[in-house]
Amino acid sequence: MVESLYKKRIDGRAFNELRPIKTKVGIIPSADGSAMFETGGTRAIAVVRGPRTLHPQHMQDSKTGILRVNYGMMPFSVWDRIRPGPSRRSEEISKVCEWALSSVLDLSAFPNSVVDVFIQIPQADAGTRVAGLNAAAMALADAGLPMKEMISAIAVGKCDRTLVVDVDKAEEDFHEGEGPTDIPVAITSRTKNVALLQLDGKISVSELAEAIEMAKVACGDILKVQMEALKNRKGGDDNE
Amino acid sequence: MIMSKVIIPKLQVERIISALKENKRLDGRSPLEYRDIKVERNLSNSAESSVSVKIGKTEVYCGVKMAVTTPYSDSPNAGTFMMTAEMHPMASNNFDMGRPGINAIELARVIDRGIRESGFIDFEGLCIKEGEKVWQVFVDVIIVNDDGNLFDATGLAALIALGSAKLPVYDKEEDKLEHELSNIPLPLNKELMSFNMTLYKVGDKIIVDPSREEEEISDYRLSVAFGDNDGEARITALQKGRAGVINTEDMKNILKVVEDKFATMFPKVKTFVWDE
Repeated sequence: MVESLYKKRIDGRAFNELRPIKTKVGIIPSADGSAMFETGGTRAIAVVRGPRTLHPQHMQDSKTGILRVNYGMMPFSVWDRIRPGPSRRSEEISKVCEWALSSVLDLSAFPNSVVDVFIQIPQADAGTRVAGLNAAAMALADAGLPMKEMISAIAVGKCDRTLVVDVDKAEEDFHEGEGPTDIPVAITSRTKNVALLQLDGKISVSELAEAIEMAKVACGDILKVQMEALKNRKGGDDNE
Repeated sequence: MIMSKVIIPKLQVERIISALKENKRLDGRSPLEYRDIKVERNLSNSAESSVSVKIGKTEVYCGVKMAVTTPYSDSPNAGTFMMTAEMHPMASNNFDMGRPGINAIELARVIDRGIRESGFIDFEGLCIKEGEKVWQVFVDVIIVNDDGNLFDATGLAALIALGSAKLPVYDKEEDKLEHELSNIPLPLNKELMSFNMTLYKVGDKIIVDPSREEEEISDYRLSVAFGDNDGEARITALQKGRAGVINTEDMKNILKVVEDKFATMFPKVKTFVWDE
């Protein structure tokens, strides 16, 4: 086996080590649920509004409420300013996050209604969609909506031949050898199913299997942080 | 999509108006009193500067980004300035997804004019090479939670962000911006800074810093950008909003409030902008 060109992580972490995490639940007073999830230089906020009546009426489902997710990066979240408003990238990320969260959310008690989840990124250093998903799952729980399970998410990466957990921007830009591979993964808390999976780069079948196992371990650690934050959230709000 | 209209019960309207008759507000403030203002800097380490401003429960995020561009042909030695505001649906049940509506456009333009017309930004100082290269300044505001008075929150956030922005490192030879900030502050004429204060007519009273409900039942609002001209207030931009009209007595009153706030509020604004 050829030795990998990526022998030591740029920021000195162990290959399976997460960046430092900070969380806060209940950050937006007027929302039904909200949370912040920060990992290293990436910070996501998620805001839940609803269940509320869905307009236009023809989109309503008389059997269940529906979930809408909107992901976006703030113009000043990265070095090259992002034009405000949706992009092809943000639309797609919104959809895959919506599918991931839909898998654990049960809105059957809220027919004809919609639950909106807004994910916003004030500061980005890679892994924004997984940070957003972690925040969104916490915000949904904060809103008191029925969830079958929690969702935790992480980006596993591959720099040349080395698998790394929680990729940062410098690693996303590692172009030696086989180059960078980015694999965002979301794992459900109880059944340990994969709720979101994307990949771009180059990877072997066995490496991918290993990457998903690494993601499961990392998501287990993230879940603990999420649950702790939810337990410690300030009481006395009017969400109940 | 249908914009949901805020309906305020008649009883609540009466409570607000009768309290104001006794110079009181439902949250205990006097008519010309601001809520607590909190400023948090450095929201994004990828921005030339960024800040969150809270006025009571209202919160806005603001960031400055810069780019190098070609100047307008009628001002070949002046940089350019662009301000956007996003009334993001996360901030309120009354905001919708999609292109900025008239409210967000007006908000950004009123604050833009107050800053532009004051001369606070030294546009000529933003010239890199006359007729060819100038700095372009973007101020982007995202409303995070709306509990009234977005105008003053947005205006204050923009001043603070501009006040602490540093120019990115620019490689002239390569015409390339580095992902790194220099120690050079954004060129500003500090003494020309104008602050935007918005006054609202509610019932028979002129108030500042309205709650969401007060804002909703107001007859009109008047945004006044004012700065310091040798110890006296100088107005640099105005905009009346909503359909109500300003009578002679109110106008006199408003101008008096502007002078009073110039003495009491403006020094606080300066502290927010310059004391990191």
